Amino acid sequence: MTTANQTAIAKYKNSFLKEVEANVEEGHWVRMCMQCGVCAGSCPLGNAWAHPPQELFMMIRAGKREEVLASDSMWMCTSCYNCIVRCPRKLPITHIMHGLANYAHRLGIAPKGQPTRETATLFWNNLIKKGRVNELTFSLALYFKDGFVQGIKNALNMQAVGLGLVKARRLNPMEILGGHGVKDQAGFKAMIEKARQIEDRKKGFAK
Amino acid sequence: MAKKEYAFYPGCSSQSKASASNYLTSVNAMCDKLDVTITEIPDWNCCGASIGYAEGGELPRLALSARNFALAETHLPGKEMVATCAACWLAQREVKERLDHSEVLLKETNEALAAAGLQYQGTTPVRHMVEVLIEDLGYDALKQPVVKPLEGIKFAGYVGCQTNRPFGIAGESFENPVYLDKLVETVGGEAVPYDQKVTCCGGALAFSEPEKSQKQIRDIVESAYDHGAEMIVTPCPLCQANVEIYQSEINKKQGTKFSMPVLYYSQLMTVAYGGSAKEAGLDGQLIKATKLEEIAKK
Amino acid sequence: MNAPATPKYAAYVCSGCGIGDKLDVPTLEKIAQKEGKMALVKSHPFLCNAEGVQMIRDDIANDGVTHLCIAACSRRAKAEAFSFPTAAVSRANLREGVIWVVAEGSEHDEVRQEMAEDYVRMGCAEVKKMKVPGGNVKESSSKKILVVGGGLSGMTAALAAAEAGYEVALVEKSGALGGFATNLWKRVPFAAPYADAQPVGAAELAAKVSANPKIKVHLNSTVTETAGAPGRFAVKIAQESGSVAEELCGSIVQATGFTTYDINKLPELGGGQANVVDQAGLEALAKAADGGPIKRADGKEVKSVVFVQCAGQRDTTGQHLAYCSGHCCATSIKQATYFKDQNPDIDTVVMYQDLRVPGMGEDFYRSAQDKGVIFTKGKASKVTGGDGCKVDFKDLILNEGASIDADLVVLATGQVPNAGVNLDEWTATVTAAESGDEAAKIKKGELQKISVLNLDYRQGPDMPQFKYGFADSHFICFPYETRRTGIYAAGPTRRPMDMLQATEDATGAALKAIQAVENVEKGRAAHPRAWDLSFPTARLEGCTQCKRCTVECPFGAIDEDEKRFPKFNEERCRRCGTCMGACPVRVISFENYSCDTVGMQIKAVNIPDEFEEKPRILILACENDAYPALDMAGIQRLSYSAFVRAIPVRCLGSVNTIWITDALNSGYDGVMMMGCKKGDDYQCHFVKGSEMAFYRMSKIDDTLKQLGLETERVQTLEVAITDNARVVKLINEYVDQIKEIGLSPMKGFG
Repeated sequence: MTTANQTAIAKYKNSFLKEVEANVEEGHWVRMCMQCGVCAGSCPLGNAWAHPPQELFMMIRAGKREEVLASDSMWMCTSCYNCIVRCPRKLPITHIMHGLANYAHRLGIAPKGQPTRETATLFWNNLIKKGRVNELTFSLALYFKDGFVQGIKNALNMQAVGLGLVKARRLNPMEILGGHGVKDQAGFKAMIEKARQIEDRKKGFAK
Repeated sequence: MAKKEYAFYPGCSSQSKASASNYLTSVNAMCDKLDVTITEIPDWNCCGASIGYAEGGELPRLALSARNFALAETHLPGKEMVATCAACWLAQREVKERLDHSEVLLKETNEALAAAGLQYQGTTPVRHMVEVLIEDLGYDALKQPVVKPLEGIKFAGYVGCQTNRPFGIAGESFENPVYLDKLVETVGGEAVPYDQKVTCCGGALAFSEPEKSQKQIRDIVESAYDHGAEMIVTPCPLCQANVEIYQSEINKKQGTKFSMPVLYYSQLMTVAYGGSAKEAGLDGQLIKATKLEEIAKK
Repeated sequence: MNAPATPKYAAYVCSGCGIGDKLDVPTLEKIAQKEGKMALVKSHPFLCNAEGVQMIRDDIANDGVTHLCIAACSRRAKAEAFSFPTAAVSRANLREGVIWVVAEGSEHDEVRQEMAEDYVRMGCAEVKKMKVPGGNVKESSSKKILVVGGGLSGMTAALAAAEAGYEVALVEKSGALGGFATNLWKRVPFAAPYADAQPVGAAELAAKVSANPKIKVHLNSTVTETAGAPGRFAVKIAQESGSVAEELCGSIVQATGFTTYDINKLPELGGGQANVVDQAGLEALAKAADGGPIKRADGKEVKSVVFVQCAGQRDTTGQHLAYCSGHCCATSIKQATYFKDQNPDIDTVVMYQDLRVPGMGEDFYRSAQDKGVIFTKGKASKVTGGDGCKVDFKDLILNEGASIDADLVVLATGQVPNAGVNLDEWTATVTAAESGDEAAKIKKGELQKISVLNLDYRQGPDMPQFKYGFADSHFICFPYETRRTGIYAAGPTRRPMDMLQATEDATGAALKAIQAVENVEKGRAAHPRAWDLSFPTARLEGCTQCKRCTVECPFGAIDEDEKRFPKFNEERCRRCGTCMGACPVRVISFENYSCDTVGMQIKAVNIPDEFEEKPRILILACENDAYPALDMAGIQRLSYSAFVRAIPVRCLGSVNTIWITDALNSGYDGVMMMGCKKGDDYQCHFVKGSEMAFYRMSKIDDTLKQLGLETERVQTLEVAITDNARVVKLINEYVDQIKEIGLSPMKGFG
């Protein structure tokens, strides 16, 4: 069981809003929403959100912790920043959505198998391995995330594209053997480790 | 004109044989023609991109960008940082803004950087290459080196999201930025008006939500066609990749016949400045920009 | 007063601005002389320049000209140049009314010229019936201003008037100044940064009022009688003790405030239950806490509170207040910060349907959010009071039922105006009482007790009330104006409002009160004819005592004397002429505006015989909106039919039916009456004038039938000042319609 989740529930038993303000990136802005709905109308994937940002804010204020954190709504964010520039109250909505997704993910209550959640995890793990993204291993990992057979199918589906990119010298098959990375591997990893440690301590993820 | 020098942050996609390697090729050629020197920041790292948040959280992401600043400050002191990738530029700018306004985050970030023997000072501003072009050089200076104006080619200037929002290019509107159209006109091309100029291509969700993203891409390409464009031009590697690569997918699934080349502004400029197709990275196009290649050959 | 014994008539035709190019000016001069019987006729290429004006002045000074018709531009143009105070002046509108609106081209030359000739005939006919008004100067008018109500609005108005140099009598019912504001712990902020509740300042204001030597404060007092008119209001002020003071005042500001809507009428929202209070109740708790923790009536400290907005307001069921009181959202925000400022951990929820914070309230709203006040968009369905209160509500964002527990619930109930007696109810009661109904006699006494002003007016003891019982106000066009000249309503008695708005409102009302006494001193009318020195007189020997004038006057200006004849109170009159329009025997007139001045114009028009197929259509256009709209059409060079002849009238209410029958009898083919919008959102400058006109014309069909005419021959229209394009369309369509019906069979009988 995720003790982090249980700890958070106990600590903020009456106020999910306070929990969000303390633990979610830019969460202290949630109280400032005035429910105009411009964010919902500005989102390119607006129809795909079960609860648009404005509604998530209202749910946070209404203490609907489980419904918010288990929602896949914020995983629909494409980071286009349209909501931010249009919000009359200047809420950094994109960042709050990212923050909510991260918080739900780290507490382990984000929806399992949510494709953006999985992609994002693969991406991060790929980048911290060497400090730079290896596009080939990232793509392969994506194709194979649902298992070997589906992976072959996925890869075959996109084979033409992949070959095209290789021919255009925009995808390097040799990257599988290593590829780009930072030279100061040790320093880079120590830095990430430290940053993670501080964040975990602050937000109650520490083991 | 005094020679311009910058600390260059190319980003992962611009590395050799990565998805935007042709962007880098053309940027190098363009800067050469404009007498702008860009020196790569030694040992730079990935910015975390727009999808790094979910697993990465806040502080590790801040550390990533702060490390790039720290390296630039150490190795290329006094030089402004310039990024060509929209996401890299945005990440660096966001992190700088947050660190400059929060002592707590600054302290914690520097605590993490110390583990790599580095420190963030906050002395280096970050610019997008487009800002360097239009603010530091100006449209007049950009017009001077033109030897092969791109006459007779109609471009849809696809600005997309991240060079436009939330910061944007100074003086531009979020809803209808015009700098890209002006760049096109500066090098002799025709910028067509169309209604999907700042529509999101789906970004990183092209991988995880292909259908939703491809609907976005279809809207963009379709509108470019409807308004008479022959090519799309963009300042963002992810926009370029998504809009170019998925045209064949959309054709396959939806029976469209899209074949619209998608280029970087730097490729247009390189050709207009007399660079070869190779120098402009035109060999890197999945959908060949034939008309542009013809001008380059002249 | 300046008119010499022998009148001398002169006409001046201007040929400037293209008039001379489009019209045959010598012929116009000839018509003025031969048909208009003008003794002196001149033309000038630029009549409104210094030389042209001097020519007229010289004729008045040296040649004894007393009456002049200026045939040039619209009477709305060059009013200053053509102002000759000792002479009666009529204007024939050849520019906006003829050359700018008749279509271009020589094929229209004939009709254009005919139109101009008619306007010259009309101008000459009109001026012959005009007299120079002498004004209504009273030797000893009072400039003292009476302010009724000693709350924020009343105190502000009193100070504003006193500081402008006017004596003020301030009447306050209770034993102290301050009004509702004295019940408040703090007020909403009036100035940047609009972040925190502020000290109320009512006591300081009261001290300032008491210390001002120009203000005489009457505490524990009510107004028991207000007789007279602006400039000479005789006011009786009765003290609780029984003693009566008398004040002679020039004008009155009524600032009698509001009462909170009775919370006990809201049982479904917990009204009457323990720990459910209204906003006034919360203020009392906050005052008792004096900056410490706010405690309920039972002494328990409040740890959670819910504010229910729109309680008994914006009600669509007809049970409660139908309107929004405007201040309550900001008030609840303020009250929520009472809790948050004292202890940020207190759960504070404002439950709203639409948060309405006018002015800079948005900043205050944001500040409260920043302090941690939770705003929930929801509609409360049930509030349970008691030791643990509960609010059941529908969450309007999440579209689901929910509930919140709280220690205290505050209901944001609305403002109910203290505006005195409802005149409709009064009239019905008085009528019944006069016919001997005993219950009605008792009720009349009861009503008299709640009267604020106890006006000695034939039309009742208070100002007319508006929808929802607020005191009269021309809220769309001239918010301070009321139908009781020289009496101005200010603050929440006029419309629901907050303290800042009430402050501004009171200042404006004080200025209007000052303007009123100054106008009276000069013998002039009040808005909108503030320059007007004319006033109505009645030829009583012809009066049939039908009372239409006394009943229909929108301003209650006409009382009845002991012999039941109309008694005009000139200072109350606004010169709209509604009495003149009402009079069936046509005995009411102004020196410069009468049944004759208009009637003679109507008759002066040359009616072609039916074989010429040139219809003639009379337009009677309100001078405030419709006539300017016609002028604007000209300025924009929109063209309309040259078959119409337009006469400006002071208000459609002044149109006497005789004009219509005269017009039809003399062979006009149709009559268009153009007045302002009537109804609840009226734009009539005289409030009821256009409504009266519509009412009267609804009865004209019978007359038309008697004459054997189609009912379409008279049209009554609402025309706004912005309707310049529409008015052209209306005219042209009507001309087509008349052509279709056929020309009037009455031609040649007139």
